[in-house]
Amino acid sequence: MSLNFNFNFTQPSQNKAKLNPEIIHDFLVIGGGPAGFNATLYAKRKGLVTGMIAKRIGGQLLNTSSVDNYLGIKDISGEGLMEQFLDHIHQLEVPILEEVEVTRVEKVNDLFEITVNNQTVFKSKTAMIATGSNPRKLGVEGEQEYSNRGVAYCAICDAPLFANKEVIIAGGGNSAVEAAIDVAKVASKVTVVHRSEFRADQILLDQMMSNPNITVFKQTQILRIVGDVKMTGIEVLDKSSNETRMINADGIFIEIGNIPSSDLFSDLVQLNEQREIVVDSKNMTSVPGLFAAGDVTQVAYKQIIISVADGAKAALAANEYINHHNTSK
Amino acid sequence: MQKMMNEEVQNQLKQIFNDMKNDVTMVLFTQEGECYSCEETKGLLEEVTELSDKIHLELKDINTDLDDVKKYNIEMVPSFVILDSNKEYHGVKFNGIPAGHEINSFIPALLEISGAVNEEIPADFLERIAKIDKPVNIKVFVTLSCPHCPGAVQKAHKLAMLNKNIEGEMIEAQTFMELSNKFNVSGVPKIVINDTLELVGNQPIDQFLAQIESL
Repeated sequence: MSLNFNFNFTQPSQNKAKLNPEIIHDFLVIGGGPAGFNATLYAKRKGLVTGMIAKRIGGQLLNTSSVDNYLGIKDISGEGLMEQFLDHIHQLEVPILEEVEVTRVEKVNDLFEITVNNQTVFKSKTAMIATGSNPRKLGVEGEQEYSNRGVAYCAICDAPLFANKEVIIAGGGNSAVEAAIDVAKVASKVTVVHRSEFRADQILLDQMMSNPNITVFKQTQILRIVGDVKMTGIEVLDKSSNETRMINADGIFIEIGNIPSSDLFSDLVQLNEQREIVVDSKNMTSVPGLFAAGDVTQVAYKQIIISVADGAKAALAANEYINHHNTSK
Repeated sequence: MQKMMNEEVQNQLKQIFNDMKNDVTMVLFTQEGECYSCEETKGLLEEVTELSDKIHLELKDINTDLDDVKKYNIEMVPSFVILDSNKEYHGVKFNGIPAGHEINSFIPALLEISGAVNEEIPADFLERIAKIDKPVNIKVFVTLSCPHCPGAVQKAHKLAMLNKNIEGEMIEAQTFMELSNKFNVSGVPKIVINDTLELVGNQPIDQFLAQIESL
């Protein structure tokens, strides 16, 4: 049982800045992850009237058990890093509206109107989409049926539920290998199944390979998830021998990457084939004045540090856009 | 026993408890003999009590204090409820220790029952909540390592505080494995309403209400 206190409750009396629907903002950010945080930081420092609207503060950072590739910050939890980001933003008194769903974004008479929960409308001269991405699903038979009856997508949340049980991890990237190492601490047996070769960092692969509790099957494709009331195992195709077989397990964590959360904007901005938002070298979308940054865009390599930098670029570009717009009028 | 909370957390909490308006009382149920995490839960609650003179603790036994067991619908141990300054129960309950990430649902519950308002709820939600006229029980299954779980617990508690017919309880899934298995909990937070309707994930209050209104 983890008795450490991951305390992150802020004082109610600390008068947190509130997002104001009565005013016209310069730069509003949709999304509460690393790209969004850094964009508001840069915008605020430029003197822009800014703010953030987020469904969930922290984004995918919250699902990351440890971050060891953010320059200058060694060995920190995803949540710990998020708290440092947030602390920095709070210091600058950036208004944040959280736990709300953006239901519509449109450009009306040169202003972006962002509607939340189908009621309140916030207005801004420029805006940035940084809604990140969501876990990709395997898309095999049984995945939906056994979702939350063995099929899970958040290793740090759900690992304790599989104490002394047999667990499969699907995937071959950093998040899959990290999940395997984490889950192996509590599960009786962990089997990693990946359809091709691993692309995780060598340092993580070494840790995984040296763990006696973890078995690894490469070149193995998951065909379906089977079970009764709960899942009981998976059927796989061994690509090297072209044979199918069963692997029994009580649970499976799907860690096969992410898909961009761009659905809401598909009629507004140009998306590429992967449904990522297409942006130019200054992070502007196909709509002038509307920017995008981080995992929701076509940026190569989805990494925390890359999203953070992307957010800075977008904010600086928005500032430039506003200045140019003001003088040209 | 060594203190569970380090000095840094203690100081943070002391500061936060300055915002408490009225007194609150935690009533903790444990039992003699074997009881997973009862000692730890008692320890944590005692430590919290020491950090503010507005927070009080009463200790009960599930096997002997039967009137209280009935009054607060206690079904397992460790379990505790938080009462307001009139010792009135508003349906705010924790089953298992609110350590790890759950400290973030525990502390706000203390503050809110004391009358300190943390977050405002939009008027149309308040109207919908006020209209609920049947008994509603909201179970939120959590693990202590789940960053999304306290948000779901807070919402269940908030609903309970706003309507007498609603009870909101956190259930630590590892402590109550049998109950978790009964409700097929393999992903958290898992929200179960009146033992029949299920929601998975930290859902917006709107989703809670939509499920409750479908009862």
